[in-house]
Amino acid sequence: MSLSRAEVEKVSLLGRLQLSPAELDLMTTQLGAIVGYVEQLNELNTDGIEPMAHAVPTSNVFRDDVVRPSADRAEILSNAPHADGEFYLVPAVLGE
Amino acid sequence: MTESTPPYTIVIGLETHVQLQTETKLFCGCSTKFGAPPNTQTCPVCTGHPGTLPVMNRRAFELSLRTATALNCNIATFTKWDRKQYYYPDLPKGYQISQYDLPFSYEGWLEISDPKDRFPPKKVRIIRAHLEEDAGKSMHDEHAGKADSKIDLNRTGTPLLEIVTHPDMRSPAEAKAYLTELKLLLTHLGVSDCNMQEGSLRVDANVNLHLDTPAGKVATPIVEIKNMNSFRAVEKAVAYEAERQYAEWQETGRKLGDPGVFKRTFGWDDVKNRTHVQREKEESADYRYFPDPDLVPVTVTEERIAAVRAGLGELPAQVRTRLEGSYGLTAYDSDVIVNQGRAFIEYFTTAADTGGDGKTASNWLQQDVLRVMGEQNLTIENYPVPAAALGDLLKLVRGGEVDTSRGRQVLQRMFDTGESAEAAMRSLGIEKVDESALVALCEELVAANPKLVADVKAGKMQAAGSFVGQAKKKNPNANPGRVKDLCLEIIARLP
Repeated sequence: MSLSRAEVEKVSLLGRLQLSPAELDLMTTQLGAIVGYVEQLNELNTDGIEPMAHAVPTSNVFRDDVVRPSADRAEILSNAPHADGEFYLVPAVLGE
Repeated sequence: MTESTPPYTIVIGLETHVQLQTETKLFCGCSTKFGAPPNTQTCPVCTGHPGTLPVMNRRAFELSLRTATALNCNIATFTKWDRKQYYYPDLPKGYQISQYDLPFSYEGWLEISDPKDRFPPKKVRIIRAHLEEDAGKSMHDEHAGKADSKIDLNRTGTPLLEIVTHPDMRSPAEAKAYLTELKLLLTHLGVSDCNMQEGSLRVDANVNLHLDTPAGKVATPIVEIKNMNSFRAVEKAVAYEAERQYAEWQETGRKLGDPGVFKRTFGWDDVKNRTHVQREKEESADYRYFPDPDLVPVTVTEERIAAVRAGLGELPAQVRTRLEGSYGLTAYDSDVIVNQGRAFIEYFTTAADTGGDGKTASNWLQQDVLRVMGEQNLTIENYPVPAAALGDLLKLVRGGEVDTSRGRQVLQRMFDTGESAEAAMRSLGIEKVDESALVALCEELVAANPKLVADVKAGKMQAAGSFVGQAKKKNPNANPGRVKDLCLEIIARLP
């Protein structure tokens, strides 16, 4: 199975990515190759094997409800393309 | 709006998000305290920086278990967390950690009733309750599109419990009753402060109508209402939406299941008292859930579930039943008391036990204590008269040592000075008037007021009140009820 161009278009819309027609073609080929690679797993016979929710056979990892210092605001805001010292700034979000 | 029965049934399901009362976020040690300066309670984990690892807050899971158990839910012995992917600026990771196909609890119920008896008691079924993380807050420029939106990520990662009901409610009053009972349960359990102003409790309502038409049963398209900031707003929004849908159906005839008909989202405008459409297009949302590889599953043993159940203690519905059974309260009175919370319930039972009567204690708590608490913005914890001291006063009132109106003065004195009931009575010079002195006083009054006597004999009962007034002037400690009775008896014996 390969990925259709329409599927890649939908995924790019969901991810708010604007791709040019050339980029769409490139992504369709590259993502299709990845999906095709993973698809080899379908060759395995999994009849009678219980599905796993997690790859590591561990459960119940918790931490205590104890406050730890948060990051310095100036430092963490500096990772964003735009900030005003207090808030992250993003292009106006319209509607919902 | 007309008073006649509308030709439709309203069908309501509610989705509630509740912030859990933890110190820290769901997957990191950042504080969840409300009101901090923007972006001062974040870290690389809750802001979704690469290479970070979320680790679940034990307390958040415990509070969730308590809540779901109190909501009569089944608890899953195996549960996991999934990524719900959508792209929005207040969701820095690009996905929300939530629960998809294996929520930790499912299939419960919450019983609602109406102290005013507008609907019979019913069980609202709960589909599921699951644990997830909150998103941040966006502040949009008022002139949308002119300036950047500001993002505060302090709330990002705060533990949220999402509780989803079946569409079991049939009126705005039932929806409000469900929310009131849910909030009571959550605050009683200490799970959430449910402060709607601070966003600790948020409600979305799914509403449509069922109609009987000549062509058979018809349902209108489902609308989800958002933006309701109070239970009153929920009640109003649902009522408004029902009428709007009925009008729309009469105009367009569009029904659930018609081609091109899908769920729409409406927002409630609390100023204009109307709903308005927010999202009409076919849902392009495709959340592409998959198990979060950073979080391991959680297993819960049957023993643990039993222990949580055993540790719940008495729930609000059970307290109401106890107050009605053991203290003889009406459903209305027990509801008022239980709605005030745990500390108030305890105050009531102590006052009632000491004073020897539930109904008297309930009256004094509602008419005097609650009133003063409201006027002076007090909680029962800092109301200065201890429950047992009020109980002592009630015992004196019931024993006829002091009448109700002077009893109020005694309570005021206890409130002001911290004195005991007896000390406050002494300070005010209140003492019980000996019965024979009272009889003598009444005989004197009757003899001195032939006009009033004639009035009483003529059936003018206001005249009896004048005797009481005169008696209080001569002796402020005279019990008004007793004075009235005695005067009437004496007059009745007159030839």
